[in-house]
Amino acid sequence: MRETAVAVANIDAWLENFTEAEKRAVGRSLPWLHRLREDAFARFCEVGFPTTRDEDWRFTNVSAIAKTVFRPAATARLAPGDSAAWRVDDVAATLVFVNGRYDAELSETGNLPKGVTVASLREGIASHPEEVEKHLGKYADTKRDPFVALNTAFIGDGAYVHVARGVVVEAPIYLLYLSTKENAPTMTHPRNLIVAEDEAQIAVIEDYASVGGESVVLSNAVTELVAGESAVAQHYLIEREHLKAFNVSTLRIEQGRTANVASHSVLLGGGLVRNNVHPVLAGEGGECLINGLFLGTGSQHLDNYMHVEHAAPHCGSRQFYNGILDGHSHGVFHGRIVVHKIAQKTDAKQTNRNLLLSDNAQIDTKPQLEIYADDVKCTHGATIGQIEENALFYLQSRGISELEARKLLLMAFAEECVERMHSTVARAHIQRLIGENLLFTEGIAPQDGTLGRVDERVVEEVG
Amino acid sequence: MSLLEIENLHVSVDGNEILKGIDLTVNAGEVHSIMGPNGSGKSTLAQVLARRDAYEVTEGSITFEGRDLLEMKPEKAACEGVFLAFQYPVEIPGIGNTYFLRSALNAQRKYRGEDEMDAMDFLPMFREKLKLLEMDDKLMNRSLNEGFSGGEKKRNEILQMAVLEPKLAILDETDSGLDIDALRIVASGVNSLRNKGRAMIVVTHYQRLLNYIVPDFVHVLVDGRIVRSGGKELALELEERGYSWTEHDAPLAAGARA
Repeated sequence: MRETAVAVANIDAWLENFTEAEKRAVGRSLPWLHRLREDAFARFCEVGFPTTRDEDWRFTNVSAIAKTVFRPAATARLAPGDSAAWRVDDVAATLVFVNGRYDAELSETGNLPKGVTVASLREGIASHPEEVEKHLGKYADTKRDPFVALNTAFIGDGAYVHVARGVVVEAPIYLLYLSTKENAPTMTHPRNLIVAEDEAQIAVIEDYASVGGESVVLSNAVTELVAGESAVAQHYLIEREHLKAFNVSTLRIEQGRTANVASHSVLLGGGLVRNNVHPVLAGEGGECLINGLFLGTGSQHLDNYMHVEHAAPHCGSRQFYNGILDGHSHGVFHGRIVVHKIAQKTDAKQTNRNLLLSDNAQIDTKPQLEIYADDVKCTHGATIGQIEENALFYLQSRGISELEARKLLLMAFAEECVERMHSTVARAHIQRLIGENLLFTEGIAPQDGTLGRVDERVVEEVG
Repeated sequence: MSLLEIENLHVSVDGNEILKGIDLTVNAGEVHSIMGPNGSGKSTLAQVLARRDAYEVTEGSITFEGRDLLEMKPEKAACEGVFLAFQYPVEIPGIGNTYFLRSALNAQRKYRGEDEMDAMDFLPMFREKLKLLEMDDKLMNRSLNEGFSGGEKKRNEILQMAVLEPKLAILDETDSGLDIDALRIVASGVNSLRNKGRAMIVVTHYQRLLNYIVPDFVHVLVDGRIVRSGGKELALELEERGYSWTEHDAPLAAGARA
């Protein structure tokens, strides 16, 4: 099949989707927004979906997405009981999106300090058009990635978070994206804009989940996070959709002078997942932590594409990604570091550690360093291993059962990533999700086929 | 009934026979020392007793309190009261020392049908044991053995033994790599755990440790066989004359033992 054949697959359906969306689009009267969408759609039509011949997509085949005809997801309502289960305690605000649309009834934005705006992007465009125009689409590059182009073409709803200069929001702002079961393949393109002005502080959790059964869904999210001078921002991404879900997310971070930003990704669910993290350290003395954990099982494909751009001197970046892969799952860690000529005294570090729990699990890990400055420190390292027999025996020799010992070791491996998360609220939520997930990981069971006993154990643990 | 009975134990690793017929009886309250040159099979014996499955038992039997130890998985043996202080304690990042030790203790208590200990009950007891080993409780907030010095790791092994209170403790070269101060602390920790109900097997290459932990019996292991057994004075004799002496006398020793 030729590349162009894939690129233009279902182009009629995409055209129809785009025309329909444009008719009802938010901010139709704003010429800049209209142009942003049109240009992005034109770009998408031009290049289509990427193929594995594209270096950035070498390990991830998205032809399943290209072949599918997606329609915008229908408006859905959740029963109040359904949504209660999703609540995270002690957050500063909660925005809930059901099938990509903001649901005001399920959301809660009551107790925010002065100087903090938390709203849907739709509301944000209406109430703060100038502020939004200043940032929206200015960082996420539609030319670099067709999925970003597609998201930009369909800009409709998402979260708008703005923190004024010097304002500190300690508790995280929780953004929950739920997809419901539908009869045909559906898509959403959440678009989030998070702005922390100079010396402001913020933490945001993006949590992607499914409710009510499995159907083919594409969630293609783009988040632009702008951290002003000396701003402190933490971003958490959680993917825990069902296995029929395609999830592509792009976090584009723009950091000002001495800003301190952390990106934490936790991939637990989704059938085909691509997690793009692209920080640009644009001001002197910035610090960026890029931390992640991915747990694959069954036939999951979890791709982490890091693109860390040092564009100013004296900046530091730290990448730590841990993967645990079981069953036939396939993990990817692509860690690209670009150091611009001006970015002297850059200190960039990258570590990717992986545990393979089954013979059929696979990891592709690839560092990619492009250094144009001459006075920099860049290191990278990757490890691939199994649960260490020594450690397992050590724990067992103290009376801990093999199953429990395996679980402890996997939790410990995951904990390395969790420990780097500053928000106790986010950490507790994520720890709970990881714990639930590891319980059901296949490879945690002893290899000698005593699965019956394991099932019993799982019930006991949950109860 | 003896606490531990090893009869004609043959053990292979990857097809190589390491232990070639060990007989050893250990009663409650006794301290046995197993000495021998490098590669004689001392550590293999220790690991087999702790039920590491990389070792293949080709012949013979081990009974612990009358039950077949070879049928037990490591965790079961531990719950029954077998404890191995590792020659090379394993570093496990991400698992806290205190959390690990309480989990282990509770796994054993659960096995014995006792109530699990909550943090409130555990901590005072734990602090007492820390004092015994002169250990800094800051170490306990760290990950299991991670970044510990050689001496701290060995002390941590004895600390675990003090908390878990096994019936049979096997100390595998607990003295190796310790300076004299650390050796004294470890030895006094071990000595304070000696009692009528508990037996110990102290595996060592050097006689030095036995100045501090005085054994009731000394066995010399050479090339997978116990070639000589005796009282504590045997250790001194070995120190003076070296292991080669026992090798020459091997047949005599075997005869003498019989």
